[in-house]
Amino acid sequence: MTRIAVVDYGAGNLVSIEQALSAAGAEVVLAHGADSFADADALVVPGVGAAGPAMTRLRRRGLEAPIRAWIAAGRPFLGICLGLQLLFEGSDEDGAVTLGVLPGRTVCLSDAPRLPHIGWNQVERQRAHSLFAGIDEDADFYFVHSYAAAPGPGSEGVILAQTAHGGRFVSAIARGSLAGVQFHPERSGRDGLRLLANFVGLAQAGGAASGRTRVPVLAR
Amino acid sequence: MLRVRVIPCLDVANGRVVKGTRFVDLTDEGDPPTLAERYAVEGADEIVFLDIDAAPDGRGTLLEVVERTARRAFVPLTVGGGVRSVTEMRDVLRAGADKVSFNTAAVRDPGLVRRCARRFGSQAVVVAIDARRRSGPDDPSGGWEVVVKGGREPTGLDALAWAERAVAAGAGELLVTSIDRDGTGAGYDTPLLRAITDRVHVPVIASGGASGPDDFVAAVRDGGASAVLAASIFHRRRHSIADVKAVMAAAGIPVRLVIGAAR
Repeated sequence: MTRIAVVDYGAGNLVSIEQALSAAGAEVVLAHGADSFADADALVVPGVGAAGPAMTRLRRRGLEAPIRAWIAAGRPFLGICLGLQLLFEGSDEDGAVTLGVLPGRTVCLSDAPRLPHIGWNQVERQRAHSLFAGIDEDADFYFVHSYAAAPGPGSEGVILAQTAHGGRFVSAIARGSLAGVQFHPERSGRDGLRLLANFVGLAQAGGAASGRTRVPVLAR
Repeated sequence: MLRVRVIPCLDVANGRVVKGTRFVDLTDEGDPPTLAERYAVEGADEIVFLDIDAAPDGRGTLLEVVERTARRAFVPLTVGGGVRSVTEMRDVLRAGADKVSFNTAAVRDPGLVRRCARRFGSQAVVVAIDARRRSGPDDPSGGWEVVVKGGREPTGLDALAWAERAVAAGAGELLVTSIDRDGTGAGYDTPLLRAITDRVHVPVIASGGASGPDDFVAAVRDGGASAVLAASIFHRRRHSIADVKAVMAAAGIPVRLVIGAAR
């Protein structure tokens, strides 16, 4: 069975993510420290709220370096909402320095008619990816946020999908075994469960592959 | 394009869904997770639980109900009623809620809104405003007063000024209930909604007074609401969520249509 470690660093609701991944066929472990990663096939970093307090809690638990190392090794990873934003270098929300795996920053949604962006919205895919296999092009997913990742020059290639709310923002990224979604698949009904099941499938394949594609991670 | 949300509200007391005109003549309507799951299947975009008991010794029951619901219905869940501290909000979120709604506690201590928004983010903090027309139910000219304790206690606060203050304190969403219309089926108080949506930049959920799909259309078109909430019309199966959404879609309002949703 595919074993997925969900990083628990006190950033909100883990019940639904745990339940949704279990429903998708995974064995879920809540990881409070890096020792729980060891025998996992994939890592999921969820999270809501501001980047600063989240990074403080990740660092306090000694999770920053292990998460960077996990991604650099090309092992399967999914960031959800704040978990996607933290992959970039910093956040305009509170000036926090984040994981810095990918070049770019987290910025406030521009030209949004109302903020936070709360509710169901479409996810316009820029390219095909197995994360969205079997999901209709016009499927809606649930969002609840005011900031989104803005990949820096040279890393635009990570963009997998965009969503419109006033201006357009990045709603999904993928590079190698690294993926992130701004929406909440665990709260997005049947389509969300399908996306998580697709991720579990990728994790299974990634865990079995002998030669992993390393993801270039920014140096510290 | 962002969809307008349709939200069924479940009044919960002692771990059961109850109905009646909010706080009187309560009748037992069943198990909250079962009803929440049914609504999710029918196309609810979000579920609101209002803990109308909110007695301190009932918290454990509520948390257990929230967790069972989160394990069955994969749609967002907002919980309101009786949360008075950052720690209590943390417990409700940990149990599986996505947002917590504050009403009386926020009026008494706006600093609570600020502290919770700082800790969990504005997107998780909803302020519920119960408003009553000052010049009588048929006359919006005198403005609206905030009332608390289920409409029983006037506060003297102007509802529009309080809406702005609540957002400044960190509320990421407002749930605006017309006490004049609640339980009457006379339609949402669209002048109230419009006055508030013109003043704040956060999403506003309309509540109180729905009797049919046309009321939902008016709340969005005339009131500027981002979401519409109702209780009895769904519980009593007078209209299904899919019916309401079909009428909204026909009126040109963007809604999430769930394929195969029961009508």
